[in-house]
Amino acid sequence: MSKHHVTTTINGEPTEYLCETQQTMLDTLRDVLGLTGSKEGCASGDCGACSIIVDGRLVCSCLMLGVEAEGKAITTIEGIAEGDKLHPVQQKFLEHAALQCGFCTPGFIVATKALLDENPNPTETEARYWLAGNLCRCTGYDKIIRAVMDAAAEMRGETVR
Amino acid sequence: MPTLNYAAPSTVDEAVKLLAGASGLAKVLSGGTDLLVQMRSGRLKPELIVDTKKIPGIIGIRQENGGFVVGAATPGAVVEADAGMTAAWPGVVEGLDLIGSTQIQGRCSLAGNLCNASPAADSVPALFAAGAIAVVVGSNGRREVPVEQIPASPGRTTLAKDEFILEFRFPPRPARSSDAYLRFIPRTEMDIAVVGCGINVTLDEKGVCTAARVALGAVAPTVLLVQDAADALIGHTLDEETLKKLDAAARAACKPINDKRGTIEYRTKVAGVLARRVAAIAFDRAMGKTQGKTH
Repeated sequence: MSKHHVTTTINGEPTEYLCETQQTMLDTLRDVLGLTGSKEGCASGDCGACSIIVDGRLVCSCLMLGVEAEGKAITTIEGIAEGDKLHPVQQKFLEHAALQCGFCTPGFIVATKALLDENPNPTETEARYWLAGNLCRCTGYDKIIRAVMDAAAEMRGETVR
Repeated sequence: MPTLNYAAPSTVDEAVKLLAGASGLAKVLSGGTDLLVQMRSGRLKPELIVDTKKIPGIIGIRQENGGFVVGAATPGAVVEADAGMTAAWPGVVEGLDLIGSTQIQGRCSLAGNLCNASPAADSVPALFAAGAIAVVVGSNGRREVPVEQIPASPGRTTLAKDEFILEFRFPPRPARSSDAYLRFIPRTEMDIAVVGCGINVTLDEKGVCTAARVALGAVAPTVLLVQDAADALIGHTLDEETLKKLDAAARAACKPINDKRGTIEYRTKVAGVLARRVAAIAFDRAMGKTQGKTH
């Protein structure tokens, strides 16, 4: 079978590409489109490093086929900042040193953005459950959760501390 | 490597024709949260993937004849966000809410969870307990199948090669009816059930159970609908005597295996304990004493 021609929207940009059936959305982003911010940790939907937002829903791009993007609106880590201006979630991850090696960070940031889009005022418990599908080997999660809660407060227009 | 074909038909007829005409293994793709993992590991080598998500009605929730109809490929997250389903079927919703992570729930579906046919599937005991009907389509037309008749053994269903589930029909809710689902895992999130239990009840004004369905997961090759456990509830309030009988009936139904998640003895004991706890939640909800999720 020849390759599939896919027309989709990625980070607001109309995008067309060719992909094979067995290429996942993650393979397509990284190998076809050169968007290497989404990471492959486990390739089985356990670690969340490949998290993207598809039509408003947080999903693992390793568990979606590239061909399934037809007609969808997709946000990847590359679409989170506005040009040179970091998204508040990215800024707070830096301020709280919510990363060490950084491999899981794109997934955490995309997942956090999806959380705050849906629930601007999460409790810490809600944030921890929401992010349970994002694994981090380095931080022990506490700094990540502090960054998430602080970003949420800032985005609500509240000043903390 | 043989070519892997993909099709995303927009009608049931087209999808059925594709499935019927495949010479090798053809797989239906809904959320893909099991299928893609199984393909990646090499456990499944399909020659054709039929993505059913473009078929009208296969994603979405509607009310019909007093009951809910949930499209087979509707993502768990969509069902969880539906106020009607959450109010009428909180047990089904909490089963879905326990499948994997937020990311998995963005794609996983009731039909996928049922047709993957894992004995430990979290939404399936609640679906069995609900008495949901699967609307199955295939070359011979459409048939309505009680959900408990779909799984055959681990990883296998009773569906023919050219059949797939289009939607699930949930029966209308009589007054004082509710359901609940709990699973036991050794951590707080992101794990596979050691035992799961779904219970659905209808009570009279005095709290006497007039109808019940009890299902257990991860204690047999398929999820089990346990009639003896339902019979222990019907005609009774949830007093200690009833709970003891429910506990015993749940334990008696178990045919588990020993594995890293639990021994036969442990799973059997936990099945009885979970049945007690789930019945208490379902009875409370049916009497309007509690609302919403258990976690």
